[in-house]
Amino acid sequence: MLLPWILPLIGWILAPLLPGVINRVKAGFAGRQGPPLLQIYYDLGKLLRKGAVYSRTTTWIFPAGPILTLAALLTASLLVPLGGQEAWLGFPGDLVLFCGLLALARLATLLAAMDTGSSFEGMGASREAWFGALAEPTLYFSLAAVGRYSGSQSLSQGLGLLSARGWYDVDPELALAFAALLVIFLVENCRIPVDDPNTHLELTMIHEVMVLDHGGPDLAFILYGSALRLWILGSLLVSLLLPSFGSNPWLNLGLGVGGQFLTAALVGVIESVMARLRLAVVPQLLVGALTLAVTAALLGMI
Amino acid sequence: MRLDWILVLLILSNLRLMASARMGAKIRTVAAQGVLLGLVPLLAGAHTPGLRSLVVALAGMFVKGAVFPWLLHRALRESREGREVQPYIGYMGSLLAALTGLVGALLLSLRLAPFPAGATALLVMAAFFSIYAGLFLIISRKRAINQVLGFLVLENGVFLFAAGVMGRTSLLVEVGILLDVLVAVFVMGLTLFHINREFDHMETDRLTDLRD
Repeated sequence: MLLPWILPLIGWILAPLLPGVINRVKAGFAGRQGPPLLQIYYDLGKLLRKGAVYSRTTTWIFPAGPILTLAALLTASLLVPLGGQEAWLGFPGDLVLFCGLLALARLATLLAAMDTGSSFEGMGASREAWFGALAEPTLYFSLAAVGRYSGSQSLSQGLGLLSARGWYDVDPELALAFAALLVIFLVENCRIPVDDPNTHLELTMIHEVMVLDHGGPDLAFILYGSALRLWILGSLLVSLLLPSFGSNPWLNLGLGVGGQFLTAALVGVIESVMARLRLAVVPQLLVGALTLAVTAALLGMI
Repeated sequence: MRLDWILVLLILSNLRLMASARMGAKIRTVAAQGVLLGLVPLLAGAHTPGLRSLVVALAGMFVKGAVFPWLLHRALRESREGREVQPYIGYMGSLLAALTGLVGALLLSLRLAPFPAGATALLVMAAFFSIYAGLFLIISRKRAINQVLGFLVLENGVFLFAAGVMGRTSLLVEVGILLDVLVAVFVMGLTLFHINREFDHMETDRLTDLRD
């Protein structure tokens, strides 16, 4: 049996590698060499050594936003299993806490963005709130479908059991829940086709526009938080899909971590081959995903 | 197991029909639904399928997967009205209605249990949802081709219910139903053609303005 705290520790250390992998895959598609894999670590180190500049219009909410976001995400990372390992803090009903922590992280970012008084940040906050409101029921319903299917109320029990079943005789409701979760993964992490992390055109940005006024350690918290969010939601996807092989916990954990990097590579491929959706079409994608999740939950009731 | 997947795909195709905004995509979805539906009698039921049911299934798949799409694509091309659906109820409203219908179909199928051998609650739910989706397409869309598609989906639902719950029906009845649907689609195609020629459009809401 592995030490229980090793799972979140691995996540905290390796999470900044995921954006690096995504960037390398995208660069490969574009025929470029791309930034080094460890670029995010360098960026974090650079930003943490800097001081922060605060506008006079901001209040205490502005510096509190990134801290609260990061704290919520760090707590959420204690709740997700990976590679057959149970989460450190798993308990019956923890999926409600998990969804709530993600919502809290979003709320903190929104409030900090609106606190700047910038009209562009307000626009980004408005979009984020609208898409978040559509994405959250999808997350609930798909996790509920998984819980219903596995007959357990905790994330690590539900996802952990599924890993052991073998994926070749998977039931359709799990496939639907996985599809809905994949959309949620892309929405929550502000990835193409919902949001383009590289864009710097204020009229179309969602997540990037909300963090324009942050600098120094605050920006470092935000960067690290978005990497951690990739890791957390990626853990859900990987735990849902990856079967466990044998009884060696180290092997399974290694496979889980490998699955995370495979997911990151998949995101890189999606970003390279797809275009961003128009903003008016994004809610349609989200409502479509919600329909899939609700269908999965309903199928579980038969 | 395989039957479950087919039934879920049928439900998803109904969702796509209710959400899609393009006529061509809808016609292709109905065709795919017809082919999927042809597989159901071979997999459902307590009996192993014989040569007879195989022939009926293949004929059904051919008519629904090749003949109908061809006819409907032709009608769409001749109407020259673009590819949009022109709904009364938009994307979000349609999906909301779809979810309501899905819940209704689930409750109905749970109330109807237990079923004869071979039929499952999922099959009955998929059948009721197809009927609901067909009715919804008939009442919520403007262009007359949608009414034909809605009729086909409705018929698919009835067929699914019969194939799963009734089990083995006689060859004569099955071929008769297939012929009826074929003739109905021909007649509706002709009607579409005439509506189109007389009024330069295919919008059913404007047909109420007719005067002698």
